[in-house]
Amino acid sequence: MTGPRTAEAATGSQGPRPAPGVPARRGKRVRRRPLLHTSYGQDMALLDTPAKRRWTLALLAVALLLPYVLVDEMLSLLATAYVAAIGAVGLNIVTGYAGQVSLGHAFFLAIGAYTAAAISGDPDGRVIGLGVTSMLVWLPAAGLAAALAGLLVAPLAVRLRGLYLAVVTLGLVFLGEHVFKEWDHLTGGPGVGRPAAVPELFGVRFDQAGPLGSREQQLYLLMLVLLAVFALGARNLARSRVGRAFAAVRDRDIAAAVMGVDLARYKALAFAISSFYAGCAGALLYTVAGFFDPGSFNLLLSVQFIAMVLIGGVATVSGAIAGALFITLLPRLTRELPALAPFISGDITRTPNVFQVETVLYGLLIIVFLVFEPRGLFGIWVRIRNYWKSWPFSY
Amino acid sequence: MDTLKGLLESLVRGLGNGSVYALLALGFVIIYKATRVISFAQPAFMICGAVAVSHLAGVTGFYAAVLISVAGVAALALAVERAAIRPMVGRPVFVVAIITLGVDVVLRVIVNGFIGRDVRQVGDPWGFRTVHLAGIGVQQRHLAMLAAAVVVLLAVFAFFRHTRYGLAMRAAAYDQEAALAQGVSVGMVFALSWALAGGLAAIAGTFVGTGQGVDQLTWIIALKALPAIILGGLDSLGGAVAGGLAVGVAESLVQAYQQQLAPWLGQNFAVVSPYVVMLVVLLVRPYGLFGTREVERV
Repeated sequence: MTGPRTAEAATGSQGPRPAPGVPARRGKRVRRRPLLHTSYGQDMALLDTPAKRRWTLALLAVALLLPYVLVDEMLSLLATAYVAAIGAVGLNIVTGYAGQVSLGHAFFLAIGAYTAAAISGDPDGRVIGLGVTSMLVWLPAAGLAAALAGLLVAPLAVRLRGLYLAVVTLGLVFLGEHVFKEWDHLTGGPGVGRPAAVPELFGVRFDQAGPLGSREQQLYLLMLVLLAVFALGARNLARSRVGRAFAAVRDRDIAAAVMGVDLARYKALAFAISSFYAGCAGALLYTVAGFFDPGSFNLLLSVQFIAMVLIGGVATVSGAIAGALFITLLPRLTRELPALAPFISGDITRTPNVFQVETVLYGLLIIVFLVFEPRGLFGIWVRIRNYWKSWPFSY
Repeated sequence: MDTLKGLLESLVRGLGNGSVYALLALGFVIIYKATRVISFAQPAFMICGAVAVSHLAGVTGFYAAVLISVAGVAALALAVERAAIRPMVGRPVFVVAIITLGVDVVLRVIVNGFIGRDVRQVGDPWGFRTVHLAGIGVQQRHLAMLAAAVVVLLAVFAFFRHTRYGLAMRAAAYDQEAALAQGVSVGMVFALSWALAGGLAAIAGTFVGTGQGVDQLTWIIALKALPAIILGGLDSLGGAVAGGLAVGVAESLVQAYQQQLAPWLGQNFAVVSPYVVMLVVLLVRPYGLFGTREVERV
């Protein structure tokens, strides 16, 4: 899987690097030549062109204003999409940047979700709960628990390559599903479920109406801020020494080992970081709905996350976010279908119903994107951008 | 005496189910050897075969229905290969594997429409009837599975050993470029391997459906062939059969004894036990029991 960042990884590791402690020399910006970089710092900058800077700010501003424009239903959907985006960014770290195929994302999501729910749960309830509702405690704990599970899988990941690894991580999902269905002290058992973690920060309950507005508005803003933090973390990771090592492992692991990349260490690290993201996403994912069932962490959930990464764009953070938004908002769009195409039923007991159409669409979209646009939504965006960049001489 | 009898009975049950897993595993391995891809579409083909039989058995009788269904699913697999897999030749195997996952999701939803909300019987002549052989009670369907698997496996191995096409497939699996240079149509080999795997999955699906019938969750059984192929090694036909039988026996032994020996593992642990076996074996032998060790060249 050769990602778009290969060339950068190759040159980046050899470029002149300022000594630690010495501020990087600020290269001169040449007006109207946004792609002319005159220093290493400029080349590796997070937002390396003025256009990127302006558009990122504009997008953030729009996202911050949305809660005061949209209806509550849309807001809680978007909040869920942002959390899914955190998970997708995490999967992209191990599968996109480091090239290790993982079908086990649902398992790590589950570990995060149950750790968080157990820590913040009601101590007198019918399921395990410690009663610590502060998000500062349960969010890192959920991430760390999942990361630990990721480290346990790592010895397998180091020894296995390619599809062997995919099958093993698939096995994890089945084992996890079994454990969570059986352990009903923790999970409430299948068909019953348990309440999700309580999102409380500095005494503010985000799942109730509060200082920032209604329940949905509060949750939306919380998830938006968290997504921004996690996405920034992933972007920074990708352009660091670790990120370059990941790309080297992905592109040719033997060559990477020859260049001095410790394969065992970096594969384990990729799994741990990806699982940390998954754990945090799992912890947050169900706070919007408020309740979750052990049956939801199945293979379909893993496939959905794979679909987010592939449809959005492999080895890009913005692509993973776009893919997560797309996949999460898809059900909302298919629900409008019965009005347009009357043969599709909104009733789950009839045969061409919206839920079936939705699942078929996941599958078809994965196939269509992989066959026609392997770089996903991100690739489409790059093509549009390049078309307009040189307009009207776009050939 | 009773414990021995119970042990033998669960062994036969395991071998019966295991032979179905072996058929499925063989399909996975045939596709893998030809294209280096694990096809996650096998569950869908399996369920297509079973559902086709369940609809046809009332009209044409069981055995004719199985033949028609095998031919139909093989044709479906050919169509899938042509439409979704052939355009991807030369792309990373991971991408192709994910495409098969997409194919699986799409096909399964469509087939679910033909299953409906209840269990469908495949109309097999065995049901849950048992026969007594040397004092142990054995379900007829398990014997039928074992017999059918032996016949089919012999036919498949004979096909690989003694026919032109089998030779072409072996050549392409061994070295694709050399095979091309000798005039083997590699595209034909891809198509043939998918058709063969589809047909095997349809037979397996029919036998999975004997007795208990088919419902919307039956497809998960096909994924038990994955531990089987990993156990045997992805590129070993014999390994697939051995792995399938091993998984079947392990599962049936766990089912019989785990409730007494280790009740803390929970009910239905037998269903996931193949994955535990797989994890343990992989920690010891990363390329399975019979797989070829990958030679790394820089």
